[in-house]
Amino acid sequence: MSFASPMIQEQANMPEPAAAAAKVAARNVNVYYGEKHALKDVSVDIPVRAVTSFIGPSGCGKSTFLRCINRMNDTIPICRVTGDITIDGKDIYDSRLDVVLLRARVGMVFQKPNPFPKSIYENVAYGPRLHGMARSKTELDEIVVNSLKRASLFEEVKDRLQESGTGLSGGQQQRLCIARAIAVSPEVILMDEPCSALDPIATAKIEELIDELRSNFTIVIVTHSMQQAARVSQRTAFFHLGSLVEEGSTEQIFTNPKDKRTQDYITGRFG
Amino acid sequence: MTDTSMTPPAPGIRTFDYGSDEAQARVKRRYQTEARFKLYGLLAVLFAGAFVFILLADIVRKGMPAFFEHRVVLTLDLDASLIDPTGRREIDALRNGDYNKIVMDAWRANFPEVTQRAERRRLEALVSSGAADDLRAAVIRDPALIGQKIRFPILLSDDADLHFKGLSSRISSAPGTGALDVKINGREVELSGSGQPFAAILADVKAGLMQDAERIGAELARLPASQQGGNNAALDARRIELAQRVAELRRRAGDVGSAETIDFSSMPSRIVRAEGASIRLQEIGASSAKGFLLVAPQREISRIDSWTVATFATPESNRKASDADIAWLETLNGRGAIEKAFSTRFFTSGDSREPELAGIRGALIGSALTLLVTLMVCLPLGVGAAVYLEEFAPKNRFTDILEVNINNLAAVPSIVFGLLGLAMFLNFFGLPRSAPLVGGLVLALLVLPTIIIASRAALKAVPPSIKEAALGVGASHQQAIFHHVLPLAMPGIMTGTIIGMAHALGETAPLLMIGMVAFIVDIPQAITDPGTVLPVQIYLWSDLPEVAFQAKTAGAILVLLGFLFVMNGAAILLRRRFERRW
Ligand SMILES: Nc1ncnc2c1ncn2[C@@H]1O[C@H](COP(=O)(O)OP(=O)(O)OP(=O)(O)O)[C@@H](O)[C@H]1O
Ligand SMILES: [Mg+2]
Repeated sequence: MSFASPMIQEQANMPEPAAAAAKVAARNVNVYYGEKHALKDVSVDIPVRAVTSFIGPSGCGKSTFLRCINRMNDTIPICRVTGDITIDGKDIYDSRLDVVLLRARVGMVFQKPNPFPKSIYENVAYGPRLHGMARSKTELDEIVVNSLKRASLFEEVKDRLQESGTGLSGGQQQRLCIARAIAVSPEVILMDEPCSALDPIATAKIEELIDELRSNFTIVIVTHSMQQAARVSQRTAFFHLGSLVEEGSTEQIFTNPKDKRTQDYITGRFG
Repeated sequence: MTDTSMTPPAPGIRTFDYGSDEAQARVKRRYQTEARFKLYGLLAVLFAGAFVFILLADIVRKGMPAFFEHRVVLTLDLDASLIDPTGRREIDALRNGDYNKIVMDAWRANFPEVTQRAERRRLEALVSSGAADDLRAAVIRDPALIGQKIRFPILLSDDADLHFKGLSSRISSAPGTGALDVKINGREVELSGSGQPFAAILADVKAGLMQDAERIGAELARLPASQQGGNNAALDARRIELAQRVAELRRRAGDVGSAETIDFSSMPSRIVRAEGASIRLQEIGASSAKGFLLVAPQREISRIDSWTVATFATPESNRKASDADIAWLETLNGRGAIEKAFSTRFFTSGDSREPELAGIRGALIGSALTLLVTLMVCLPLGVGAAVYLEEFAPKNRFTDILEVNINNLAAVPSIVFGLLGLAMFLNFFGLPRSAPLVGGLVLALLVLPTIIIASRAALKAVPPSIKEAALGVGASHQQAIFHHVLPLAMPGIMTGTIIGMAHALGETAPLLMIGMVAFIVDIPQAITDPGTVLPVQIYLWSDLPEVAFQAKTAGAILVLLGFLFVMNGAAILLRRRFERRW
């Protein structure tokens, strides 16, 4: 296979005008795990109230980039991030910015469902309670019920809100995690392979849910499934070996990729 | 990537026949090795199990007597003039009453024939010095008893207690043959009867003499041969003496029918019992015997038709309870006055020089106070240190060294901590000696590494996804840890703590260093009072010469084992109950 010349790569990295206003903008982001250069000079705009999917072969740095957006990488001592990432034009690596509030504004759903080993209610209520979002018990109840409803889980669990969240099925647990994430009213939701542990039916449910949530949130999803990316996202970014190879509207990426590597990847020729 | 399973083997790829004899033999050998290994494992387990069982069985056998005590139930006359002369029922007056006299009067009344001073002392010594205290407590609890006659259990002394627990001498009893004429002159008794009623006893005595002769003969044979030119005077004298004794014993044993005088320092005692009387035989002939009246008969007797003779296998001088003691106790037992009861005293009283009064309350409270101090110091410190090291501390050389040192501390011999405690808490800070406070602090040093290590392991075992989930909804690092990680680690931390506490409960050596080994009667009321702990109490008792304390030692060990069992059980239960909830 032929590698694009640095010139072309430079061009590919230039973000083309996004469909809507950019919610998150990354410029020349580099990430190092100790000596390892995991993410190289990534620049991308993530549009507001749309779903952006990150695709690329395993180990190419999708999760790493995703975790830069809510500064989850801060918890890894050896991890070092350079470059700028802004949300609504504000630098999130600004030392005056409170990282805890940032994470409230940028919610995250992980690859493996990870509900707290507490009741379903407590799982959802934890975030709002932490941030003092509810003044009364009824208000908190309302937030919990609304979040569960928006995660289309409420009908299934309404009679057992006090039972343990870990007692749910995998798909239900993942929807509970989504409910937990949206309960704190984030602006951006990051999802790292949210369906990788789920069967097709649960996956379909989550995808439906993502489509619904799009109208209110800015969503970034990492996925290994081309079909999923094509189904749920409006924009797609392709990563390879730590670099962002190509970014554009999902339709364009899947029908008319500019880069040979993108084409090879989406047609299944490598990866 | 290419599919090779169906195609014939390519050249260079070896085939292997797993059905060949050689392969079969290898499989068989593997099975044999596995079977042998399983057998070894099973044997090891059985072996260890048998050891534990023997150990436990032995301790239980030795310790059970400690949980029971023997008392004699007497009718006491609670004479108001002895207890409360003023009649005002004031607590001070009640406390000062002469309860000992009440008890002793009632006790002596059982054996009016005992008048001689030394004998009376012996009789009185069979009742515990604590009996009067029991009565005092009962009267203070219920002053309405004063002036009444009550049935009251009187605690027996340790020697008496041991007799009933079968630890004084082997006693065998046989019916006597034929009727006896009895002549009582003061305490001297003459027994005679037609048809040689004592022939069997006499034969038994002679058989005993023969055994003695053989035993001494064996001793004589073991004496080293005299050397030429050496100073053998002492040895020769001993040889001659032993030879003479053997000859004398042989002569007496062989002289069938001749009367024998019992030597109570080396020969079993024989007691004739009839009509409530006990007579110790001193001179035994075939048809008549002379004896001493240990216990007087219920009524005047001159002739007895049925009688028994009891043999106390251990010679009198080799045991604590004398013939008279045993005769008195057995007489009361025959009257149904002796009761065996569960000894609550063992759990409710402190240490004492009198074995029958000694209990483990002081040690238990001491242990509880000590462990309380340990827990109060250890748990917050240990968990705090663990949380800091595991979740907050930067990973650098300093924390690495810290970690290595903590792990090493867990392996430091406990006596070293005792020395440290002595130097630091007693000598430098001037804290009180023998106090549970200091003991607790020393033990805290001892178990701190255990708790830190266990807590860190428990914290590490909580999946990081839980922490990430909390961080993801906007919890701070600290909130994530205190709201989610720490609660989930708590069962593991508790397990580690309980095991650490069990370790501390059984620890003796460091406490010896800080003076918790003193004889302390009072039960500690505060952590600064002098006290001792259970294992040290066991150590103290095991050192005492009284036989009764040996049972107490084993009894206290049982209690300690019980506590350890419960604590470790709780730890296992916690682990089972809360294991992996995610
Ligand atoms: N905590 C870490 N410490 C060191 N290296 C890391 C760490 N996390 C990720 N890496 C490295 O960074 C690179 C990118 O990893 P990342 O997890 O972002 O890949 P990914 O694209 O999400 O892969 P996947 O699709 O398999 O999840 C990999 O080479 C990985 O080895
Ligand atoms: Mg990943």
